[in-house]
This record gives sequence, C-alpha cells and structure tokens, in this order.
Amino acid sequence: MHFGPHLLLAALEGLVTSAVLALTALGLSLVFGVMRVVNVAHGEFFMLGAVLAWAITTAIGGHPALGFLAALVISPLIVGGIALVAERLVLRRLDYNPEATIVATIGMLYIIQQLALTFYGPEARPVEPPFTYRILLPWFGYSGYKLSVIATSALLLVATWLVLTRTRIGLVMRATQYDSETAQAFGIPVDRVYGGVFALGAVLAAIAAVLIVPISQAHYLMGQDPLLLSFIVVIIGGLGSLRGTIVAALLIGMSDGIISMFFSPTLAKIIATLLVAMVLVFRPQGLFGTAAR
Amino acid sequence: MTGMNAGVPEAEALVISGLDCFYGEVQILHGLDLVLHEGEVLCLFGRNGAGKTTTLKAIMGLVPARVGSIRLGGKELTGLPAHEVPKAGVAYVPQGRRLFAEMTVAENIEIGLMARRKGKAVRENVLDLFPLLRQRLRQRSGTLSGGEQQMLAMARALCLEPQVLLLDEPTEGLMPSMIAKIRETVVTLRDMGVSTILVEQRVDAVLSIADRVSFIENGRNRETVDVEELRADPSAVRRYVGVG
Repeated sequence: MHFGPHLLLAALEGLVTSAVLALTALGLSLVFGVMRVVNVAHGEFFMLGAVLAWAITTAIGGHPALGFLAALVISPLIVGGIALVAERLVLRRLDYNPEATIVATIGMLYIIQQLALTFYGPEARPVEPPFTYRILLPWFGYSGYKLSVIATSALLLVATWLVLTRTRIGLVMRATQYDSETAQAFGIPVDRVYGGVFALGAVLAAIAAVLIVPISQAHYLMGQDPLLLSFIVVIIGGLGSLRGTIVAALLIGMSDGIISMFFSPTLAKIIATLLVAMVLVFRPQGLFGTAAR
Repeated sequence: MTGMNAGVPEAEALVISGLDCFYGEVQILHGLDLVLHEGEVLCLFGRNGAGKTTTLKAIMGLVPARVGSIRLGGKELTGLPAHEVPKAGVAYVPQGRRLFAEMTVAENIEIGLMARRKGKAVRENVLDLFPLLRQRLRQRSGTLSGGEQQMLAMARALCLEPQVLLLDEPTEGLMPSMIAKIRETVVTLRDMGVSTILVEQRVDAVLSIADRVSFIENGRNRETVDVEELRADPSAVRRYVGVG
C-alpha cells in the first residue's frame, strides 16, 4: 500500500480512537469541572459499560443489532445508577474534599474491578457489531461500523454541547461549576447537581465503552487505558473546557492512530505523555482552560 | 434598647436571636441579635472581622447556625438547606459581587429568575431599574466595568422579588458617580417596600441611606440606633469603629 492510503487508514483509526476518547474524557472533565472531584474510578465505569454490554447482548440474543441497541441504552443507564449510588454513599459523605475523594475513588476503582473479575471473569469477550457492512475504498475496505462510531460520538458531543449552552440544566451546571456558594444563594440545589453530574460522567464513559466493545472486546482490566488517556486529554485541553476536551481528544487520538501505525504504539504514548508535561510546564490551565480566578 | 421600639410597633421582616456561628473551630458570632423592620434599610456597621459578612452568610444558610434562630416573617430559616433560603424570599448580593463571570449578563439574570420561577415581567422591571444592562445582555459579565457588575449583581438578586435583600458592601471599589447610583437604587428599593440589610464601611453612606444602624463588634450586636440619633451625635461611630 502506498503512503497516501496508508495515512488515510491510520487517520481513520485515529478518528475512531478520538471519538471514543472524547466521550470518555468529557465525562471526566465534567465531573472535575463541576464537582472538583478527580474521579480515578472513571475508567471502571467505562469497563462496566463494556462488560454490561456483553451481558445484555448475550442475554437478548437474536439479531446482533437488537442486542447492541438494547445495550447502548440499558448499559449506560445501569452504570449511571451505580455512579449515583456511589456518589451518595461515598463522595457526598466526604463533603467532596479534593484529597479524600481521590483516595475514595481509588477504592471504588478496585472494588468495581474485583467485582467484575468475580462475576464476569478474566476472559476477554467479544460483542458482535450491530452490522458488518464494509465500505469499499479504492485502496482498502473499511468497517462501516467504525465510521458509525465516529458519527455517533460526534452527535453525542454536539448534544452535550447543546445541553450545556442552551438549556436550563446546562445553565445550572455551569453556575455550580463557577461558584457553588453563589449558586446556592440563587436556589440551585448544588448537592443534587453533583449527584447528576457524577452519574452523567459515568454514563458518557459507558456509552463510549458500548460503542468500542464490538471493536475491542470486553475485559475487566480494560478501564486503565481510557482512564490514563482521559486524564491526558483533560489536562491538555483544559479542565472543564468542552472545546478543549474535543480538540485534545482529536490531537491525542489522531497522533496515536498515525504514530502507532507508522512507528510504534509505545512511541505514541511517549509523545502524548511528553505533551502533557509540556502543557503542565508552559500552560498549566490547559490549551483552552481559563486560569484559576 | 433602641429608641424606635418605644414608639409604634413596626412589623418585623427578619428576626435573628441568639445566633452562634463557627468557621471550623473558630466562633465568629456570639449570640447575635438583630431585628429588621419591614421596608427599612438597616445598616450593619463595624470593623473588619466583626462578623458582618458572616451574619449575612448565616441568613443565607451558607454558614450553618449552631445555636439560635433566624426567622423570616413566621418562617424559621436555620433548618433549611442553603438553596431553600432564597426561595423563601431572601436575596443576596455578596461582597465582591460574585457574578458568574464567564456567563453573559442575560444568563446571570436568568439564574436569578429561576430561583423563584419569575418570568418576563420581573425581568423587564429589573432591567428598567438598570437600563444600562439592557444594552449589555449578550456581553460576558466578567468584562463589565466594576459599577456595571455591581448593578448586575443587584439586578440578579432583585429577580427573586425578595422580601429581604442583603447587600454586602455594594459600593466597595466603585467610582463616586457609581456609588451615587447604587445608593439611589437602594433608596428606590426601600420606597418599593423592600427590607434591606446593608453592610457598609463608609460613615457617609450609612448616614445618607440607613434608617437604623446596628453596631457589630466581636460577633455581637452591641447597639442599634436610629440614624437621626447618629446624625445628632456621631460619637457611637467613633466608639465602634474609631473613625469619624
């Protein structure tokens, strides 16, 4: 294959990575932005989404599209519910103290991971894609499902942006993010907003996982990479900045796709981590973040 | 205690009695008592750290009351979660304005309206009070001038159509023409029947717009006097603040 088509293939793979990463990182970014909670268990919500997707598609059977669509709806809802319970039982009781919540979410990470190992097992299991249509390009065929992942993710990102900027729910979330004390003085139940945002963050991670699981299989340790990459994206993009998160996800996803294909995946990780270090040194608030007030 | 109580009894908008408040282990308010009459401007006067801002935060439920009561009309506020207090009819203009700086003027006003589900009519009334804001609706509030920000902070609070308005140093850091405008607004609001607690450091401001003045010292209300008394004999000001 010539260089041009090869680059196109790498770029497409990078776009798929970016799309899923943007959704996952957006969840992490919202939780940190609004609640100031560093959710180390974020990757486990991702893993849960994938594992539940496998369980749901297996239980339903029939045409793969049927099971997949059910998983795409039910799995994020269950994960969101679990996150809400965890938030009420743990984070709220810690009064959202920044240090305590880091330790608590590390604990949540291990609990969720070990529960998955106990009940789901150590195997990596595939989920059938809802359709297997291949788009034939002049140089190679490409999975139509992967392209649909990119489209679905883009749609969800636009929807999230609309909710944040155009609705009252978004207004309430942004007010809580900027100044939770003043938000309370204007009747905003900050406590309930926190519960909702934490659940929403987990839902976004779970959706991303359901989308990726027909490509990469469900496994109880699969949450680690998305967690690391989400942190990288959120740091580069700027905490709490939707635009920054998307730009950084594209940057990291594309460079990961292209560098992995032409050089090695390890080099891609090295470069991403180096980028984080550079951003932290020269622009600690991130590319699109605003400096602390 | 006050000269006013001897006369005709006035309706009480807000009554604080025996209030103790803490920041962590440090006690800020020691059995503070305060009465706000309906339709008056009551000024809290005192040194930095005396507990004026804490009193306002305690009313808003942002600092919990450990002992004592805060009653709005017949309603006890101390047991309410902080976000229920504004819904009961208390609006707060915090020190330093605390706008949602990255949001537009319109969005800040919208948040004010949402607190008590007020609609277009209230929005129009508030904008009529601060016509300048009407031209800036789509501007990011953090980019407004200091005086405009103060107007927006007051507009946002007035969107609640509150019975009681809490103003924490509204003229701090403003230029004289703006200070005059803010004071005018406070007087207009009193004429409209809003009961206001005003925290203020400037003696001239107190004398020109307050009806009564409470001297706060070490977390206690030492004395509440009519402003006429104070105009006749400003020695109390010197006693509590050391400036004249």
